[in-house]
Amino acid sequence: MDYLEKLEAQSIYILREAYREFKSLAMLWSIGKDSTVLLHLARKAFFGHVPFPLIHIDTSFKIPEMIEYRNQLALQLKLNLIVGQNTEALKNKKTFPHGTVDRLTCCKLLKSEALKNTLSGNWQRLKLNHDTASFIEDDNKEAYTGVIVGVRADEEGSRSKERYFSPRDKNSDWDISDQPPEFWNQFKTEFAPNTHVRIHPLLDWTELNIWEYIDRENIPVVSLYFNNGSGKRYRSLGCYPCTKPVDSDAKNVKEIIEELRTGKFANVAERSGREQDKDGGGTLEELRKEGYM
Amino acid sequence: MTERMNIVIVGHVDHGKSTLIGRLLADTNSLPNGKLEQTKRKCELNSKPFEYAFLLDALVDEQAQGITIDTARVFFKTKKREYIIIDAPGHIEFLKNMVSGAARAEAAILLIDANEGIAENTKRHAFMLSLLGIRQVVVAINKMDLVNYSKSKFDQLTYEYSEFLESICISPLAYVPISAREGINLIEHSYLTNWYDGPTVIELIDNFEKEKEESENNFRMFVQGVYKFTANNDNRRIIAGTINSGTIEIGDEIIFLPSGKKSTVKTIEMFGKHSISKATAGQAIGLTLNTQIYVKPSELICKAEETLPYTSNRFKANVFWMGKKNLTTNKIYKLKIGTNKVEMRIEKLETVLDASSLQIINGRTEVHKHEVAQLIIETRNPISFDLINQIKDTSRFVIVDDYDIAGGGIITESLQQKTEGYVPNFSDFENELYNLIKKHFPHWELKPIRGI
Repeated sequence: MDYLEKLEAQSIYILREAYREFKSLAMLWSIGKDSTVLLHLARKAFFGHVPFPLIHIDTSFKIPEMIEYRNQLALQLKLNLIVGQNTEALKNKKTFPHGTVDRLTCCKLLKSEALKNTLSGNWQRLKLNHDTASFIEDDNKEAYTGVIVGVRADEEGSRSKERYFSPRDKNSDWDISDQPPEFWNQFKTEFAPNTHVRIHPLLDWTELNIWEYIDRENIPVVSLYFNNGSGKRYRSLGCYPCTKPVDSDAKNVKEIIEELRTGKFANVAERSGREQDKDGGGTLEELRKEGYM
Repeated sequence: MTERMNIVIVGHVDHGKSTLIGRLLADTNSLPNGKLEQTKRKCELNSKPFEYAFLLDALVDEQAQGITIDTARVFFKTKKREYIIIDAPGHIEFLKNMVSGAARAEAAILLIDANEGIAENTKRHAFMLSLLGIRQVVVAINKMDLVNYSKSKFDQLTYEYSEFLESICISPLAYVPISAREGINLIEHSYLTNWYDGPTVIELIDNFEKEKEESENNFRMFVQGVYKFTANNDNRRIIAGTINSGTIEIGDEIIFLPSGKKSTVKTIEMFGKHSISKATAGQAIGLTLNTQIYVKPSELICKAEETLPYTSNRFKANVFWMGKKNLTTNKIYKLKIGTNKVEMRIEKLETVLDASSLQIINGRTEVHKHEVAQLIIETRNPISFDLINQIKDTSRFVIVDDYDIAGGGIITESLQQKTEGYVPNFSDFENELYNLIKKHFPHWELKPIRGI
């Protein structure tokens, strides 16, 4: 087995453990390359099926291509797609693009808060109706206690400290200094009431591994990742007011791999195009403690 | 990049682990652009001298305290392959993090401070590596700059340490004198240690060998789940798992243990692949069977023609304990081996070992945090397992106390099964419920329990 096969096998093992151990399980799908690889791995783990809902937190500031791609793939693969949103903050224009709050507060409101309340079932969840290709309110108000997330350890410091199965307490707090031990493929899957667990099957993958796997498995990704003639492409996708494309000539997956392996991005951090990361000084860690992905 | 390897760096607190990693990252050009300058600038702003360790300590908590709290994964490249370096915390209270990190590693660098010599955790960590089954170890004697690059100091520590490592069955591949801070003998040899002509740290790391996959061994696969997804007219009933050891082919006769049920392999399933006839250790697969038998997720699949594992409810084991509460003989715990979970208790506590001094402590009835014990475990129902010198995945287990993984263990000997396993005292309600289920749901195949 080569290293990509090993990474794949380990991720599948984690996904199957999660499915066996958690009654109420969901997977976050940000439409980006990592969580799309995660989706592909889930189909592998369950032999073509995805036996849990995919949750997308829609900030309403996503690049339109992303939403288009999301709906198209969900219909094509018959995915159970759930969408959550902080409609209150959007209605009151408490967002960075509206100029009323700073970037991090905006992330907190539109992503962390929306996620927390979507997972718990406190806020309305919209569900994709495959017959009409439109969204309807989901009757299921049950809280998800296990949430599969596509974070990678190489993304930034606080992610490098995550466990495969990472418990958050009832306030979604993450106690970094007291994390459960994990060894010999044994994970913390039992927990006190009112806690939930983040499951991270992609922890050991690098950005390069993700692209190598996309190439090997021929996984379709949003076209925004490629230079479509403008001399720019997105290396990491987020909300358009805070995510900038990078200068790049890479027009396809193979060219992206070369760019990362030996080219101009071999030593440039992936999230260098994300404004909210630049505030530094532990703010991202603070956001993550509160549930930011 | 064709290969990847996980290595762990262990050692006592302040012996220089983070500095070594930071320096390796910087010297091999594995840092993101600007990271080194950014960290240096930050140090300048805060009027503190730059240290390579700061490159790793990305977290606020760590920067505040100047120690490594948790195991950080660091990605690192040489010409030969890609590495994940696991920076294991040296502080005793973070032993469980150290264990989590070290258990994923295929090889280890044991770091000793040349000036301070062997410390409590130097021994404890080495002992843990031995228990975790890590065989490839290099000892780096760090901070040679503080002892004027003295050969006699290096020789003395090498002698002292090899004696100790021998006593716990570790034979290091090499001892290397280094100064992580000064970058001595990491990438290049230095005239400061011209008496040392052995390999540099990078050379030693590149010389580590990839662990062999257990494909030559007897076939073992824990059942992780039995799936029947009926969407889109899928009629397959798939037994899913990751092969722990050995190989499997279509047509093989397999036995599920401990139940003893048998069948033959009809197909080997992997999504996106067709007509797979054979699968081998490490692969995540699915099996469909020629006969429809009821299989529990947790059973161990073996090949009927090969040597079968032991099946018993009693065995001898070595356990290291990380629990908040002591491990006691009068409590029921949960044991997890592979995907199997079963209630257990300690039948007998044979010896308790102080993992730092290796002193045997007699007359104990409890195992304290950070101690290692030899004991006899009794499980409520029989389980199937191998011994540690036979197959790793089927001889290692963890102990769950309340909600937490509180200990890890390796099985060293199978003991004769007790005909009647231990049974907790059931309430009248529980007894009645048991009888009801037995009568009306015979297909649940309840195990008989004592007293009923």
